[in-house]
Amino acid sequence: MTNHNRFIIMGAMALGLQSALAGDITGTITLSGTAPEAQIIDQISSDPKCSTMHAEPVKTKFYVVDADKHLADVVVVVRGITGKSTGASAAPLVLDQKACLYTPYIAAVQTGQKIQIKNSDDLLHNVDVQPAADGNKPSMMNKAQMSGAADLVISFPAEENFLKFKCDVHPWMFSYVTVVDSPYFAVTGKDGSFKISGVPAGKYTVEALHRKAGKVAKEIEVKDGDTKLDFELQVPAK
Amino acid sequence: MTKNGYNKPLHQFAVATALSTLALIALGGLVTSHGVGMSVPDWPTTYGYNMFLFPISKWVGGIFYEHTHRLLASVVGLLTIVQLVWIFLQEKRVWLKWYAVGSLVLVSMQGLLGGLRVVLSKDEIGVFHAIFAQLFFLMLCSVALFTSRKWMEIEEGKKPFAIESGVSGKAFWRWIFLGVTVLIFAQLIVGATMRHQHAGLAIPDFPLAYHKVWPDTDSASIAFYNSQRVELEDANPITAFQVRLQMAHRLMAFSILMLVSLCSWFSRKSFGSRHPLARISLIWLGLLFLQVILGAVTIWSNKAADIATGHVVVGALSLAVGELLTIIAFRALIPNPVSQTVSENREVAGVFSIPGKVGQVTGN
Repeated sequence: MTNHNRFIIMGAMALGLQSALAGDITGTITLSGTAPEAQIIDQISSDPKCSTMHAEPVKTKFYVVDADKHLADVVVVVRGITGKSTGASAAPLVLDQKACLYTPYIAAVQTGQKIQIKNSDDLLHNVDVQPAADGNKPSMMNKAQMSGAADLVISFPAEENFLKFKCDVHPWMFSYVTVVDSPYFAVTGKDGSFKISGVPAGKYTVEALHRKAGKVAKEIEVKDGDTKLDFELQVPAK
Repeated sequence: MTKNGYNKPLHQFAVATALSTLALIALGGLVTSHGVGMSVPDWPTTYGYNMFLFPISKWVGGIFYEHTHRLLASVVGLLTIVQLVWIFLQEKRVWLKWYAVGSLVLVSMQGLLGGLRVVLSKDEIGVFHAIFAQLFFLMLCSVALFTSRKWMEIEEGKKPFAIESGVSGKAFWRWIFLGVTVLIFAQLIVGATMRHQHAGLAIPDFPLAYHKVWPDTDSASIAFYNSQRVELEDANPITAFQVRLQMAHRLMAFSILMLVSLCSWFSRKSFGSRHPLARISLIWLGLLFLQVILGAVTIWSNKAADIATGHVVVGALSLAVGELLTIIAFRALIPNPVSQTVSENREVAGVFSIPGKVGQVTGN
C-alpha cells in the first residue's frame, strides 16, 4: 500500500468517526430587561361556559419567567442541519384544546411530523391554521371541531417559525408551533432549561427564538459528550 | 302615490333598507372588532348546515356574531331585491331603475366577497368587503333621498331648498362638499385597512403616539413596540406601515373635522340657520365630533369591540350625510354663468330660482 492510499484510508476513517460522534447541547435561557406584566384575559371570565372551567382568572403568558429570570417557551434550534428530519416516523405532537385554552402554548415539531389536535372541551372549537411559509400554505386549514369529534391531524413540509393555531370562536385561544427540518431542537421548560440530544459532531449556529423577546444566535462546536450553551434574551429596549 | 310621483310606502321601504344596511355594517363591525370572522369556517353553509337551519343552540362565542351577520346580510339582499322590483313596477324614472339594478349588483358582489373572505381566508378581501359595504350603504341612502317627498318636489320644479340670497360665487362650495365627502371615504378605506390587518392597535396612546408627537418607526422601535404588547386576543405583530397608517388616519381625521366645521359655518352664514344645507351640515359636524371622540375612546379602551364598532357605524353615517349633502348642494348651489330672466331660469333650472332676483339662477 502506498503512502498516498494510507492517507486516503485514514482520512476516510477520521471522517467516519467524526460523523459517528454525537453530543448533547444543554443550557439555560435567561431574560434581561423589563417584560410587561401578564394581564388577565377578561374574555374568558365573561364567557359563560369557559369561565366555569377556571377557578382563578387566566392570565396571558407571553413572558414566563421564574424568580431567577429563567425564561420558558423559548425554541432552541440547531441550524445548518437540513434534510435530517425523522418527522414521518416521530410520535405526533398533541395540541389540546382544553378549558378554552390551547396546550401547549409554544411547541416545535419536525417537518412531516404529525400534529394531533384534540378538543377536550364540551364545546365547539374551530381550528384555524394559516401558515406563512410558501411550502406550508397548501396545508392551510380552518375546520370545525365539535365536542367529542375525532382528532384533526396536520403536518408541514417546510420550516417555519411560530406557526399559529387559533380558535376564532374563542379568539383568546392560540398557540404557536415552530417547524424544523431536523430533530435537533428543544423548547425551554419553566426553569428555562433545554437539552438537545444526539447532535452530530460539528460546528453549528444555534438559535434561541422567543415570540416576544426575539432571537439570539451563537456559534458552537459539538463534540462527543455534553456541550454547554446558555443564552440571554433581552426584552427590546428603546 | 301622489300626483307628483311621491310614493310614500316606497320611500319608507327605501329608508328601512338603508337602516338595515347600517345595522348590517354594525354587525360586520362587531365581527371584525371581536376578531371572529373565521369562526364559521365554511360558506355558504354554516358548519355544514343550511345557513337558515343552523341550530340557535350553536350560536355561541364568535359564531354568534358571524352567523347573525350572514343572516342579516341575507335579509338586506332580499330587501334590495324587493326594492328593485318595486321601483321597476312603480317608478317612471328610468335612471332610478338602473340605479336600483346597480345596488343589486353591488350587494351580490358584497355577499360574494364576504364568502370568499372566509373560504380563501384572505385578510385583503376583508378590506374590500368593508369598502363595498360603505358604497352599498351610500347607494341605498341616495335611493331613500331620490324617493323622498322633497326630492319629488325638486323633480316637479318646486324649490324646497330655495336659497334666500344669491348663489353667485358660492357654487364652488358644492365641490367642497364633494371633496370632503371623498376625503371621508378615503378615511374609511384607511380605517378598513387598519382593522382588517388584525394587528390590534398599532399605536396604543392618544393624543400622543408612543409618547411622541410623531412615533419612531425604525426596526428597533417596532421590535420594542411588539415586545411590550400584551394582546388578550389573537393579533398579528404590528409593522412600521401600520404605525404610519394610523398616524395618517389621525391627521386625516383632524383635517376632515376642520373642513366639516368650515362647511357648517359656511352653510349657516350663507343660507341661514333654517336652510336644509345648514341644518344637515350641523348634523354632519356633530357626527364628526362624535366620531373623533369614539376614535379616541377606541384607543383608550384598548379597542373595546363595542366602541370600535360604534366608530365604524358613525363613520358610515358621516359618509352618508356627506353624500346627501353633496347631492343636495349640487341641486341647490347652481352656478350663475350668464344673466337670464327669472322666467327662463324657472323653466330651465326648474328648482332653485330665487324669488325677486333676476338673473341669479340658471339651469345647469
